[in-house]
Amino acid sequence: MFPAGFDYHAPNSLAEAVQLMGNLGPDAKVLAGGHSLLPMMKLRFAQPSHLVDLRRIAELRGIRQVGDEIHIGAMTTEHELLHSPLLADKVPLLVEGAGWIADPQVRYKGTIGGDISHGDPGNDHPALMLALDASFVLRGAQGERTVKADGFFLGVYSTQLEPGEILTQVRVPIPAPGTGWSYQKLKRKTGDFATAAAAVLLQMKGGNVATVSIALTNAGPTALKASGAEASLLGKPLDEAALDEAARQAMAICEPTPDLRGDVAYKVAMAGEMTRRALQAAHARTGQA
Amino acid sequence: MANTHEVAFKLNGKDVQVSVVPRELLIHTLRDRLAHTGPHVGCETSHCGACTVDLDGMSVKSCTVLTVQCDGAELFTVEGLQQAGELHAIQQAFHEEHALQCGYCTPGMLIRAWRLLQETPEPTEQDIRYGLAGNLCRCTGYQNIVKAVQSAARKVADHKVAAQAPSA
Amino acid sequence: MGDMTELKAREDKLQGTGTSMLRKEDARFIRGQGSYVDDIQLPGMLFGALVRSPHAHARIKSIDKAAAKAVPGVVAVLTADDLKPVKLHWMPTLGGDVQAVLADGKVCFQYQEVAMVLATDRYAAADGAALVEVDYEELPAIVDPKKAMAPDAPVIREDIAEKKEVGHGPRTHPNHIFTWEAGDKAAADAAFATAAVTVREEILNPRVHPCPLEPCGCVASFDKGTGALTVYMTTQAPHLVRTVLAMLSGIPESKIRVVAGDIGGGFGNKVPVYPGYVVAIVASIVTGVPVKWIETRIENISTTGFARDYHGVGELAADADGRIKALRFTALADHGAFNSHVSATKFPAGLFSICTGSYAIPNAYARVDAVYTNKAPGGVAYRCSLRVTEAIYLIERMVDVLAQKLGLDKAEIRRRNFVQAEQFPYTTAFGWTLDSGNYHPALEKVLQACDYEGLRREQAARRADPNAPTLMGIGLATFTEILGAGPTSVCDILGIGLFDSCEIRVHPTGAAIARMGTMSQGQGHATTYAQIIATELGLPASDIVVEEGDTDKAPYGAGTWGSRSTPVSGAATAQAARKIRDKARKIAAHLLEVAEGDLEWEIDRFTVKGNPSQWKTMKEICMVAHTGNLPAGMEPGLNAVTYYDPPNMTYPFGAYLCVVDVDKFTGEVKMRRFYALDDCGTRINPMIIEGQIHGGLTEAFAVAMGQQMPFDEAGNHLGNTLLDYFLPTAMETPHWETDYTVTPSPHHPIGAKGVAESPHVGGIPCMSNAVIDAFAHLGVTHMDMPHSAWRVWQKCNELGINKRQTP
Repeated sequence: MFPAGFDYHAPNSLAEAVQLMGNLGPDAKVLAGGHSLLPMMKLRFAQPSHLVDLRRIAELRGIRQVGDEIHIGAMTTEHELLHSPLLADKVPLLVEGAGWIADPQVRYKGTIGGDISHGDPGNDHPALMLALDASFVLRGAQGERTVKADGFFLGVYSTQLEPGEILTQVRVPIPAPGTGWSYQKLKRKTGDFATAAAAVLLQMKGGNVATVSIALTNAGPTALKASGAEASLLGKPLDEAALDEAARQAMAICEPTPDLRGDVAYKVAMAGEMTRRALQAAHARTGQA
Repeated sequence: MANTHEVAFKLNGKDVQVSVVPRELLIHTLRDRLAHTGPHVGCETSHCGACTVDLDGMSVKSCTVLTVQCDGAELFTVEGLQQAGELHAIQQAFHEEHALQCGYCTPGMLIRAWRLLQETPEPTEQDIRYGLAGNLCRCTGYQNIVKAVQSAARKVADHKVAAQAPSA
Repeated sequence: MGDMTELKAREDKLQGTGTSMLRKEDARFIRGQGSYVDDIQLPGMLFGALVRSPHAHARIKSIDKAAAKAVPGVVAVLTADDLKPVKLHWMPTLGGDVQAVLADGKVCFQYQEVAMVLATDRYAAADGAALVEVDYEELPAIVDPKKAMAPDAPVIREDIAEKKEVGHGPRTHPNHIFTWEAGDKAAADAAFATAAVTVREEILNPRVHPCPLEPCGCVASFDKGTGALTVYMTTQAPHLVRTVLAMLSGIPESKIRVVAGDIGGGFGNKVPVYPGYVVAIVASIVTGVPVKWIETRIENISTTGFARDYHGVGELAADADGRIKALRFTALADHGAFNSHVSATKFPAGLFSICTGSYAIPNAYARVDAVYTNKAPGGVAYRCSLRVTEAIYLIERMVDVLAQKLGLDKAEIRRRNFVQAEQFPYTTAFGWTLDSGNYHPALEKVLQACDYEGLRREQAARRADPNAPTLMGIGLATFTEILGAGPTSVCDILGIGLFDSCEIRVHPTGAAIARMGTMSQGQGHATTYAQIIATELGLPASDIVVEEGDTDKAPYGAGTWGSRSTPVSGAATAQAARKIRDKARKIAAHLLEVAEGDLEWEIDRFTVKGNPSQWKTMKEICMVAHTGNLPAGMEPGLNAVTYYDPPNMTYPFGAYLCVVDVDKFTGEVKMRRFYALDDCGTRINPMIIEGQIHGGLTEAFAVAMGQQMPFDEAGNHLGNTLLDYFLPTAMETPHWETDYTVTPSPHHPIGAKGVAESPHVGGIPCMSNAVIDAFAHLGVTHMDMPHSAWRVWQKCNELGINKRQTP
């Protein structure tokens, strides 16, 4: 369990990093927290010739409010998300989600940008980002662009990131006051990926669902936005029948890969169950349950 | 390999300089070059926590950190817990509460618990179980480890109170 | 009579048997100063990395070393062809078979050892291993043991295809290893034919791995000048390993030194001799420099001693009141590609015949058929004596199955079948003589402590509520273990009897050093043995140093596995101490000028009967023994060595209760309560006992709830990292409640029976019984482990109880 050899670069600025990535070509990989990439390199599933470590780039860190959005530097760690008073106040869904990721040591090193860029449907941030309707700032040799989370994830380990492009910032709209939230994750044990998980944001008005956002982790080749389930809930009270229908709609879009966590039937059922539980928990947090 | 990097960091308060190739993992630098054999290798996939060390205020699994990433860092390992010949309260508590058996996970447990107590000085049982969930132990069943961390928290608190008390 | 406070103070100072002395070994571990095998660095040391097969069954057509040898730092690449000249490409196993050290023309399991790359550092060795090119021709693999003996099954072991037996009796198929039978089949069959009620269940103990936190490894160092071989290694049985190495290598056993330093957990995994050790040793002999080989976690899980893989069938026959009349237990045992199952020569199926458990069952028959498959070899015990977990799991499950069939309460059926206190020593239908026991009070104590009746009422209410989101299960296990292997008349490995030993040397100032043939892997021997000696000799435990694991220093013994340390070496320790005390008594009598019979032992001294002001302390005697004022003709010194051959096994027991809540919609099982009462006879260090029970229960929890070694149809291992293989963290692990009774062993010098494995052996069926009990009212009689959320949900789904009642 030793990585193959490579060259190491630790640029001091984003511009330098982008330039390096451009110059080094496709055999270069960006190193963020390292908790996805380094294990793959140790197993020699990945053998990049160059690593470009973003750790020195101060501009890639931090959590701040800009207008009605929260901007999170891509190198911000899960530990920082988990302990951010600003996030706890404005985007508690993200705090709850971070708390379910891996274990303390991994959360100290693992970054939000790394989690998203990796394109692993088992990672938790993709679904959280879909639920929050986040956008990502990408920087490459051609300049900077901002893309929506919805549509960013193309397949297993595949995203809209072009070769040499670096995810620099995550932008999360601040949910309106009174929005309920929940991330429900079923896993075999600490440190495991989700068997299934669901992220929910929910607003009620007059006893009926006013807005709802539902996204699923590890239920398909990418995180999935459960649009059908969302549509089925709008304008209705969140009763048992509505929960059943939402779970059914969420399950209908699932295409999980069978593995030791479960077969397709179990994983689909659990995606529905997590959807249901996340809706109930979010509902309780709207203050209008 | 010619591709070596000079890496300087503080290890348990002492300046250290090593010359490494980029792929060298921190756990091997500590164990094979710097004779700090407290941290252990248990799983190599960052699941067991036996290799846990403290890096710039973070508990990290040193099997999943490159030594080149530690240039300028401040590192603490189990070997640095004892100060001036005195065991740290967490070491003492592990002994008193029988929180170790084969001892293999213990260095990682101790250094992780040390960081946990700095961040959460009065942890509940749930805080401790959640906070140590990145460290596997095959021997103890964790129950005495939880007791030890609680006991250490009290010892640290008492010590602080005593330190603050005006001298008679 | 001495002042009571003064006597108490003197006794407390010793920290002897019965006190929770804090552990002596902690001092180095809490400072990070343990000395584990990978901590050892010797000058000029090379590192070995194994090249392993990607296929479960394949012929090796060619091996190309060139690319590997070109890697900077790579010194050599060894294959079977390189080991042939020294005849070390095959080795004997502890199961009477042979095993390829490096694959000889063919691989028989995935990850089998094919070559070793030697290099100047770990990284270069790994680079080289990645570049050894092996050309394989794949063969069909046998993964399911039930298909191993099909007429057209591929022959796994061509090397022994024609052999009529491999150590344990006749074979009927090239993939057959042995068939072992015990008990009286005719009598059992007759009892079944006339019984009022019979039950039958197929019960799997799945393939699991002990997975200690430290993987296996060694540093082999051969000195060409002296011809001496030193091997530092992760072994639970250093003396047995030394003997095996001498047999293998031809090096005189006196020139082989095996050193087991600190061991990062064993649990059975570190009993066998693995190919990696042997290749490292050969490499050191050939190169003349030390060679280190340390396996990775993937290698550890994929290739080293697994446990269980017993496909059992349990049958009980009983009268209408639930009194068991007969038992028939059989098992199909999957031993993998080589029979390296650790077993005593006369017990190829280990101690499986302890399967009558705590119950007086008049007629019993057991049979085990072992077969080869294309999986890693092994079949070690995982925190239990050999095959005891499998046996106890079967009986504890079957008693529940029988109770269910009869509509009897699961506590009541146990009461009705227990061996009665007055029946001890009790000889089972299989011939084991249970030394002592008192089962009824243990069970009643647990039932009362947990309010068993209240729990059953709560369960009834839960079952009556169709909208309850959870099912509630209550599990019981009232097990009897068999430990302390064992009497050499019946127990040997490779012909070597399973006695064990202790040597004590008492120094002039009253401090002592003691050495045993066992090897601690975290059990706290340095503390426990010192406490035994402290009580026997009246010297403070803190002044007694215990050393194990270095074969040059310690007397011969079979090592630490099967909870044999306390029953066997603990007994040797007490006896060695008593030899010294007997000599000390003679010296005291001489000094006090009285007859030996006029002396009384009092904590730490001999006093003269009727004249308590006349005494000699042990400490004084220690000095005299070295200064020379001794009885005429007596040798100086206070040393003793004892080799203890136990007259019987020991039979600790326990009563466990477990309460679970099962989430019908996710299948998750929450262990609400677990109460463990253990009776291990005399308790030497209660703190250490409790720690062992916590650990054993946690490993039981891992096995019952999540561990398994999954393979696909081609024999590929699907879960060999700690991402998939379930080692519970502090978050998953339940809170354990412990309790005890004390029923000393009548034949052990201090009445101790051993304890570390009981919680594993008793915990697993207790947890399983709780999960299955949650479904009992729905007609479910058995569910195989592990009770993972997925599998439990499948049962809920099958029963249709995971559908919500929409109003």
